[in-house]
Amino acid sequence: MAEDIIRTENLSVTFDGFRALNKLNFSMKHGELRVVIGPNGAGKTTLLDAICGKVTPSEGRVLFNGKDLRGLREYEIVHSGVGRKFQTPSIYRDHTVFENLELSYKAKKTVLSTLFARRTRTVREQIRRILELVGLQDKIDQRAGALSHGEKQWLEIGMVIVQDPDLLLIDEPVAGMTDDESAKTGELLTSIAQDQAILVIEHDMTFVRQIAQTVTVLHEGALLFEGPVDQVQRHPRVVEIYLGREKGDRAHA
Amino acid sequence: MERAVSPAQLLALGRHQTNRRRSAEAAGFVAVAAVLLVVLPLLNVVGRPIPGEAVDAAWYWLSDVQLNLLGRYLSYALLALGIDLIWGYTGILSLCQALFFCLGGYCMGMYLSLQTGAEGVYESTLPDFMVWNRVTELPLFWQPFHSFWFTMVAVVTVPALFALVFGFLTFRSRVRGVYFAVLTQALAYSMWLLFNRNSMNLGGTNGLTNFKKIVPTFFGSATTFRLAEPAVQRGLFIITSVCLLGAFLLCRWLTGSRLGRVLTAIRDNENRVRFSGYNPADFKVFVFVVAAALAGVAGALYVPQTGIITPGKMSVAASIDMVIWVAVGGRGTLIGAALGALIVNAMYSYFTTHFAAYWPYALGLLFVAVVMLIPAGLVGLPAQIRGSLARRQRRNDEP
Amino acid sequence: MINRRLLSACAASLWLAVAPARAASAGPPEMAQQLEALASDDSDAQRAAVNALAESGDRNFVAALEALRTENLYVWTAPDGARRLVITREKTTVDGQDAYVLSEAYAGTPLHDASGADVTAKSDTLQEVSVDRRLRAVVAVALERLKLVDPDPTVRRAAAKNLADKGDVSALPALAHAFDSERARAAHAALEESYNLLKLLAPGDEDKLAAVTRLEALHSTDAVPRMRELQKGAATPLQAAVARAVDSIQRWQKLTRVIYAVFSGLSLGSILMLMSLGLAITFGVMGVINMAHGELMMIGAYATFLTQNWFQAHLPASFFGAYFLVSIPVSFVAAGAAGYLLERSVIRFLYGRPLETLLATWGVSLILIQAARFYFGDLTAVTTASWLSGGIEVMAGVQLPYNRLFIIGFTLVCVAGVYVLLLRTSVGLRIRAVTQNRAMSAAIGIPTNKVDAWTFALGSGLAGMAGCALTLIGNVEPDLGQNYIVDAFIVVVTGGVGKLAGTVAAALGIGWMNTLLELVTDSAVMGKVLILALVMLFLQRRPSGLFPPTGRQVEY
Repeated sequence: MAEDIIRTENLSVTFDGFRALNKLNFSMKHGELRVVIGPNGAGKTTLLDAICGKVTPSEGRVLFNGKDLRGLREYEIVHSGVGRKFQTPSIYRDHTVFENLELSYKAKKTVLSTLFARRTRTVREQIRRILELVGLQDKIDQRAGALSHGEKQWLEIGMVIVQDPDLLLIDEPVAGMTDDESAKTGELLTSIAQDQAILVIEHDMTFVRQIAQTVTVLHEGALLFEGPVDQVQRHPRVVEIYLGREKGDRAHA
Repeated sequence: MERAVSPAQLLALGRHQTNRRRSAEAAGFVAVAAVLLVVLPLLNVVGRPIPGEAVDAAWYWLSDVQLNLLGRYLSYALLALGIDLIWGYTGILSLCQALFFCLGGYCMGMYLSLQTGAEGVYESTLPDFMVWNRVTELPLFWQPFHSFWFTMVAVVTVPALFALVFGFLTFRSRVRGVYFAVLTQALAYSMWLLFNRNSMNLGGTNGLTNFKKIVPTFFGSATTFRLAEPAVQRGLFIITSVCLLGAFLLCRWLTGSRLGRVLTAIRDNENRVRFSGYNPADFKVFVFVVAAALAGVAGALYVPQTGIITPGKMSVAASIDMVIWVAVGGRGTLIGAALGALIVNAMYSYFTTHFAAYWPYALGLLFVAVVMLIPAGLVGLPAQIRGSLARRQRRNDEP
Repeated sequence: MINRRLLSACAASLWLAVAPARAASAGPPEMAQQLEALASDDSDAQRAAVNALAESGDRNFVAALEALRTENLYVWTAPDGARRLVITREKTTVDGQDAYVLSEAYAGTPLHDASGADVTAKSDTLQEVSVDRRLRAVVAVALERLKLVDPDPTVRRAAAKNLADKGDVSALPALAHAFDSERARAAHAALEESYNLLKLLAPGDEDKLAAVTRLEALHSTDAVPRMRELQKGAATPLQAAVARAVDSIQRWQKLTRVIYAVFSGLSLGSILMLMSLGLAITFGVMGVINMAHGELMMIGAYATFLTQNWFQAHLPASFFGAYFLVSIPVSFVAAGAAGYLLERSVIRFLYGRPLETLLATWGVSLILIQAARFYFGDLTAVTTASWLSGGIEVMAGVQLPYNRLFIIGFTLVCVAGVYVLLLRTSVGLRIRAVTQNRAMSAAIGIPTNKVDAWTFALGSGLAGMAGCALTLIGNVEPDLGQNYIVDAFIVVVTGGVGKLAGTVAAALGIGWMNTLLELVTDSAVMGKVLILALVMLFLQRRPSGLFPPTGRQVEY
């Protein structure tokens, strides 16, 4: 548990001259629940992109369980044990909720294995369990595109969980949710955090306070501050970069 | 702003396989099989006119010409299944399926040309066009096509290998959507240019023709089937039907499995598929190869029933026309693809017999109308109508 | 020598014999003798006469010589008994008998009687002037010699070339004289070349050497075969000179081939660019796959055809050359209007669904092609305006055709125009805004529907102008678009969707590659096939093309 599950070393990502990540050194331990915050453009989503292989670093490297992820393709990184939930719900709209989870189910994902894969009882049970976890057990046969926005978020979280990854990358899980839904999501994440490392990006500070152990603050592609939630909220520099950028209960308290 | 309901959405309404649905499907399949394998051939035998004994054709007689036409339609339907697999299910628009069709067709054509041999115009072991072009020796790549079984294997493997190489190179580089379509166009165009050249020794612009017989060898003994005989054409019809039904079952199995769901997932959200742990390229190559193989088989069945294969059949225009069959019938449904192939080709035959000059207008309008008005095709039409009626009802209900 | 004088005497007597019946205008008296000598029975005398006529340089003798060659020269016995030399112009019948309408032997002017009507002669009053093969050869050379003094420099050049080809060294003095007195620049070099080509066959070595030297300086390709002939036999200083000359000329040939290849590549590249420019806007900027793009080009080509016809029918011939300039805006408007209609009726409903747009526009293209076939038939011809025919001779052996130069220039203007429009005007700004972020543009008040329609119309109009330009180098037929559509898409996709610079670079690159491959494989088809293969391989390494759209992009 003491070993880092994920570590970036001098990670830089440049888009067309714009430095999204600037020599970032970031790390997380196994089983940790970390929240990453920061103003827009700070590089939060880019960090996730770099970890899961969506974007190639221009400098530095990403180590997952000690293994350099450079050169690996997205699906290979997924198989290494990384799961990702996207900022805008990225689900299979025309498939049912069940099928969405079935597709994400942790299994061998070669052409032949998929062709001969069967919906065994184990599979069904596992999926049902996850659906209960995210609260979608009543919508099992519904077309995913017909779900509400919040339900889509939960579905996607479910899809990530059912992959059984060692590290979950969750990008803004409560965006657009009501307070009740956010609370529910917070409970969900804390409950699964026992077994897996979770990296959450969020803006909603109530939610952050609910779930966070350690908070990392990013600013202009680099690490600004890292520490427990209340320390973060009191940190003068953090307050400064957030001032005027966001509503919500950023307390000076 | 929501755009119009997508075809996939329309088809998804009521997709779920209840047991009743499944038995209904099975019954339908058996019925169709019975018609194709028993009823239609029978109608060709019974009621046949006998000129020698002054017996006229019965009113219900399915003439040789009609049966032959149907047989060709069925091979097109087989081709369409493949197109539905890659386009309807996986969202890959390939504009070179006619090429794969012709590759299979040419393999068969080469075999048949060699079989014609001494019965040809020049009474030589070489195909007629070679004698005409003063080619004295059979080129090396023609040699293996003396064998019936080699040809049977080639008909599937040649297009499949082509598709494998092309697909591997393109899908691996994540060329998709419109770019992929343009590349397949380029491939089809260049192959068309090549096949038209006499130096390729494939008959040039005139292609291969003057086929006489098929001579399969079973356990050492060869049986001759002369293509001109009605019984042989009937046999070809039945074989085509068998292949079509078999292909349907194969595609049904593929699309009904988890692989099928991955395919539709790739169509709808390829990015997500990647992050669910699949390599979309592998799946795309797989279906692309399967579709090419189906097309090759279709071509090989088509050629002995038509009696000719030319490069004109692999033009870009031919490929694009094939796509519209699937669109007309309804993509992503398999049945729609087969139906569309039959309907559009029947229209083609009708028009070219009666209003030949108007066919391009009809076809053009079909393209536009299907895409704009019935995007889910004919199979999806009931659902589309229900959907719009429901929407209208909802609007009327609102205060 | 003796014979000549005798002949002159005979000719003179003949002349005296027919003197009373002669008309006034028959040229200088001495020449008149020679003209009459044509009718002599003695073929030597005939040949001498022909040469004398050629020597005279009087073009009025061409008619008689031509008539002699075509066996239309006769001696006519007039009703009053006078005998004269005439040319039969037209065959007719008089009183049931074969008869001919006559022309003067000198200058070939129609013969008129006192009242001014045509003179006709019955065939029994005409005596044929005999021509044998040797005479015919001499007449041919003589005709060319006379053409050497034709007012039209093109005729002079052709005549000189023919004389050089015929290899009759007796014509050398005439050629030398013609070359010396040649004033027209265009013909001067050609005449010098022809003169020296003929001189290569002269008996003396000094003459030959002089000719070789001059021909080397002129880089004459035509000289090489004759020079090779000279290389046979024992080694002489002449041979060394010839060897050097052949070598030099061949090096020059290689140079011109390279230059021509570069030009060809540029020309092909500019054509590809012109065709793809409109597509770069509809596909690259708007993301619309328009399979009817080729047909919009076809519309432009037919608009050009119709403009040409209108000019021919309604305007005096002197204005005809201008038709082409007028047809440029006409084709722009015609195709632009068609594109506007297409966008409003079909494409508008299919935004965001590129594969569907592909199919729908393919359907439209089928309809358009068949309509064109129905209305115009399968083949129509557009006559190139005279100011665009021919070419400019940049150096010996390299003639750059005006029509291709025009296309290159025109393309540059169009590309520059589009660049300026899109990147420097407020209209262009709106277009780019709408294609990059439709919702936001609508929110700030840009009429997105209108912008879409006009942008598409712009791309279509460009296609129409491309079609207009294509009439300069090809036929106008319903299939015109089909021949180019795949190429145009390949260029846009290779260049990188969304960047004009990419289209330009790809068009030039593909144009030159294609020309190079054609040269190497000596086959247009193989060149094209290889190009397509190369493009496919290229796209696999760089799927987004030469200039890919940068930044975080939604996958397309």
